[in-house]
Amino acid sequence: MSSNTLSLALAHDEPVYLRILGWMRRDPRGAASLLVLLVMVGAALLAPWIAPYSPTEQDLANTLAPASAEHWMGTDDLGRDVFSRLIHGTSMSIYAAFLAVGIGLAVGVPFGLLAGFLGGWVDEVISRVIDALLSFPAIVLAVAVTGAMGIGLTNAMIAVGLVFAPQLARLVRARTLVVRQELYVDAARCFGASTGRILVRHVLPNAIQPVIVQATLLLAVALLAEASLSFLGLGIQPPEVSWGAMLARAYMYMEIAPEQMYAPGLMIMITALAFNTMGESLRVALDPTMKAR
Amino acid sequence: MNRKAKMLYRRLLQAAPIMVLATFIVFSLMQLLPGDIAVTLAGENASEERIAEIRDLYGLNQPFLVQYGSWLWHAVQGDLGSSLLTGEAVAETVTRTFPTTLFVVVYAIALSVLIGVPLGILAASRPGSPRDGFIMSIASLGVAVPNFWLGMILVLVLGLTLQLFPATGFVSPTEDFAAAVWYATLPALALSTGGIAEVARQLRSSLVEIHHSQHVRTLHAKGLSPAKILWKHGLKNVSVNLLTVVSLLFTKILAATVVVEAVFAIPGMGSAVVNAVLEGDFPLVQGAVLAMVVTVIVVNLATDMLYTVLDPRID
Repeated sequence: MSSNTLSLALAHDEPVYLRILGWMRRDPRGAASLLVLLVMVGAALLAPWIAPYSPTEQDLANTLAPASAEHWMGTDDLGRDVFSRLIHGTSMSIYAAFLAVGIGLAVGVPFGLLAGFLGGWVDEVISRVIDALLSFPAIVLAVAVTGAMGIGLTNAMIAVGLVFAPQLARLVRARTLVVRQELYVDAARCFGASTGRILVRHVLPNAIQPVIVQATLLLAVALLAEASLSFLGLGIQPPEVSWGAMLARAYMYMEIAPEQMYAPGLMIMITALAFNTMGESLRVALDPTMKAR
Repeated sequence: MNRKAKMLYRRLLQAAPIMVLATFIVFSLMQLLPGDIAVTLAGENASEERIAEIRDLYGLNQPFLVQYGSWLWHAVQGDLGSSLLTGEAVAETVTRTFPTTLFVVVYAIALSVLIGVPLGILAASRPGSPRDGFIMSIASLGVAVPNFWLGMILVLVLGLTLQLFPATGFVSPTEDFAAAVWYATLPALALSTGGIAEVARQLRSSLVEIHHSQHVRTLHAKGLSPAKILWKHGLKNVSVNLLTVVSLLFTKILAATVVVEAVFAIPGMGSAVVNAVLEGDFPLVQGAVLAMVVTVIVVNLATDMLYTVLDPRID
């Protein structure tokens, strides 16, 4: 990685909090999105302790109730506390997003590295497969793979990850093509380093920057995909809860209790927006040729 | 052969392996099915004879590549098998439901361009201004909003509460075009937010770049009005970029119909795929996905060819 990756790293003599304040002043949007994401992750981790009720505790005498002092966001069709379900849904939605992107990285990055580094027929084959996979409308492919592997959140997110893999592979391949021309790669080869070692120690760290940015942006896509698949009933299954699953129930009772659908949708939108903004901030922060605004 | 014809021919050749690989991927999806494929395809409570028949029909006793060849041969002839649930030929389901989906997709793309282009021009005319910032923030929201949720809100507010549009349902454009447009407006609007955002962003950045280019500065210096520069030099130059965005939008919006059709109860191919997955009707899933991916590849090819024809640098 280049030395000016993060201006944070340069100012060694400043105390940490001043550096962080400086970054927040230069990039308030990035700081705000980081804050939102930290709150989300915190809510996800602490869900069992901060949620006032269990997400599955039913109260059939008190269904589809409006907001009140006991139930801040009312209750759903089975009398479950919407606010508690929203907090518990956070962990599932965020877990799902990271799972999908993690699988996309685990599959896409090695293929991209191999294609870019080895070239020749390996590159030709991998590149054509990437082209073919990218021709599939993303959610449709995920739906079909979920259909074949079996309905459920983990399978659905594996499917979404497989949809991300070609995008990430294409990106890594393009960067690898540039990096493998570098002098230090030649030098490593002259010292007798194995292909595997060169790829992991020299090519990957130098090709990874755009991948980090893209992966952050894909977290937003994954979050929306989880919501879509769970809304359709292909993702998370009851009694587990995610924001998409909450919207599916809210849809059924839309005419009786329309207010049920606002909170989960807003959560999805805010989190997706935060991932996107974070991605853009990282793009600026990691790109040495771009001036920080 | 002139150079343009040669380029077109080469594009066609490049698309061929992608098409073959894509069909291979669709076929391979079947391998992900758990357990014995023949048993799954025969459906629950199938007799031994039925399972044997399926095994024979799909050539499941033969090597994988032979199976693929036979499947592809049938698919090319329009035989995609039949639904496990209804027994309807998959090809028939596809031809019945796909036009509905395509109608909504084309409508959504039209909205993306009709709304995105003016927004992009407005934002680019004063880059850095509050107006620019406002439009670009709206664009960020357009990308982040879950389109099925927006669909639900549109159903609730414009459909059920204000009753400006029909909340759900669909009318075939061949029966009554005006009613079809009327019914498809809310779904198309829900599908188009990401498209509007992308068109506006792309147009803005291309226009800002062109505004700073030497030849536009010269035109400015010669006293040409900004409107004339925009129409005669700006938009003409960005139209090719816009074409790229639109062809990418086609794939994205087609994918999103899977969810949005469910919200609006549109009897299109998106709903058909989702129901087929929920019911375990695999042949229908396979056939519908095949139809979609082939359409995407053809649209991409057509866009590529259109560039070749439009680009004056190739003669």
